[in-house]
Amino acid sequence: MTILAFILAGTLAAATPLLLAALGELITERAGVLNLGIEGMMALGAAVGFVVTYTTHNPVLGFAAAALAGIALSLVFATLALGFMANQVAAGLAIGVLGQGLSSLIGKPLESQTLDAPGKWAVPLLAHLPAMGSLFDQDLVVYLTFGLAVAIWAVLNHSKLGLIIRAVGENPHAARAIGFRVRRIRLAAVAFGGALAGMAGAYASTLYTPLWADGMIAGRGWIAVALVVFGTWAAGRIAFGAVLFGALSLGGLIAQAAGVALPSQLLASLPYAVTIVMLAVISSNRRRMRLNTVASLGQPFAG
Amino acid sequence: MKITFERRAALSRPVLLAAPLMALGLAMLTSLILFAALGKPAGQALYSLLLEPFVGWYNISEVLLKMGPLMLIAQGLAIGFRANVFNIGAEGQLIIGALCASALPVYFPDGASPLMLPAMIALGAVGGAAWAAIAAGLRVRFNANEILVTLMLTLIATQVLNYLLLGPWKDPHGFNFPQSVTFPDAALLPILLAGTRVNISLLGAFIVSGLAYVMMRHRFSGYQLLVGGLAPRAARYAGFTEARAVWVSLLLGGLMAGLAGACEVAGPLGQLQRSVSTGYGYSAIIVAYLGGLNPLGIVVSAFLMAALFIGGDNAMVSADLPVAAVFVFQGLLLVFYLGSLTFIRHRVSFNWAGRA
Repeated sequence: MTILAFILAGTLAAATPLLLAALGELITERAGVLNLGIEGMMALGAAVGFVVTYTTHNPVLGFAAAALAGIALSLVFATLALGFMANQVAAGLAIGVLGQGLSSLIGKPLESQTLDAPGKWAVPLLAHLPAMGSLFDQDLVVYLTFGLAVAIWAVLNHSKLGLIIRAVGENPHAARAIGFRVRRIRLAAVAFGGALAGMAGAYASTLYTPLWADGMIAGRGWIAVALVVFGTWAAGRIAFGAVLFGALSLGGLIAQAAGVALPSQLLASLPYAVTIVMLAVISSNRRRMRLNTVASLGQPFAG
Repeated sequence: MKITFERRAALSRPVLLAAPLMALGLAMLTSLILFAALGKPAGQALYSLLLEPFVGWYNISEVLLKMGPLMLIAQGLAIGFRANVFNIGAEGQLIIGALCASALPVYFPDGASPLMLPAMIALGAVGGAAWAAIAAGLRVRFNANEILVTLMLTLIATQVLNYLLLGPWKDPHGFNFPQSVTFPDAALLPILLAGTRVNISLLGAFIVSGLAYVMMRHRFSGYQLLVGGLAPRAARYAGFTEARAVWVSLLLGGLMAGLAGACEVAGPLGQLQRSVSTGYGYSAIIVAYLGGLNPLGIVVSAFLMAALFIGGDNAMVSADLPVAAVFVFQGLLLVFYLGSLTFIRHRVSFNWAGRA
């Protein structure tokens, strides 16, 4: 495989955990809830997914367990933020700390253990395209994740369910007045976000780098939160952003291919620095932000 | 079931104290069950975590040593949190503060000037504030969310620390360990309590707490800050702005975190090491909340959290618990605190009969 093909393929794989987590947060935020605990839910999902896959040799079970772990942690958040109407920022930080702590605790006995390299699934015909072929030779989760992005776009923009979620996020009082159970819908959105974040973590620990290392999520959950802002709450733009960051996280490889010798720390910082710059560039368009921001985001609703 | 929340008009002091106590009790109970489920000696773990830190003068002095930076950072953060400015990157500001302070002894390892220490402290404070100022500038000028920016800046700061310790600042005689030269005596803080590692920065942290109390309670500037963050529109009519709240919150938060970083390298560490970043910046967020975002409450919660850190070290040895147990406990504390707060701020009534 040429270097270019390798980078193309790696980009989509690196983008997958970011996109998966960001799509979950997208639904959560579109319903009006700001869950900043993604990093913790991903970390917990990564540990649970790894331990289950390691012991059962069944990656599907690993993903299922990770999704359940993500849901469980997101329900703790929901209890605080929706049930007790606690400050959503603080509640998100709380489950973030909790998730990262639990992740280290659960993963501890398997530190530095590895899993078998995942099987790839090549798309017939497309995988044999010259140069671009490697884009279509990925593990299944990559295709599913990008498929999910399309599905979520369709649901949000072209279905009754999407309309309900958006109504609850834009104007919970009006949604309540016409009979929707605002908190129940928000609860479902939060749990959905938890499930995707958990699976995003499992993808990172069992398929992307099938090795357990404490703290392996390394800020990816926060980048996912940032991606939702970059994508101004639209699935397509979020997917685009995720691919961009996937490419960035391969910065080291790209730099090596170009024959540039840079300190590894500089390359490791690159995605974080770009996050800051992108955030500033996109947020500075205040009009666009006001148009796209979910109106009731982060505000507790008692109805 | 229908649960209704009715906000209480006034809160009495004992009621306010009940929330952190309730949280502590619930967090203890939950972690007891959790540790037992993990097959660890739960009773021993809890004893190590919560009681052992207070057994013996040495343990107590170590608690005081950790209390200083936690208290200092949390006081700075609470100013922002009260104004709805969420600086969650104190860890990064601490690292940059430590770096800036370390520059002097690293480049003048034989320095003996009495000005060295004050200059280090000042550099640390300025460095921390400058790192936070990036987030403030981006928020005010470009509307960039300060939560995400401060967090990303922390991840970058960690990389800067790694770069310096593995590269230009590595002690040439340090057997290749990622650490700087050991600092000269002129770069070290004087010890406050003889026979312990507690240095005078603890006094400084108490003074800062006093100032924070005065600012919050008795100065107009504290009130302006609060309104600027909580009700930006009302604040603008009254002539004080959200931008000011953002700047003041982040600069003060960064300043305190930078100070704490400087005091760590000039205090117990005596050199720049990776372990300068042990999560004080994150734990201080929890300290600030548990203290009810109140300067006096923070003094108490910082002491408690410091004890938990020392207890965690003990539990690692005595109950075979990983360090992560401390973070699990911290997370539980904050979760239960936020939950308890609702029951204390509101009159909660349960109506089992059905939906109203």
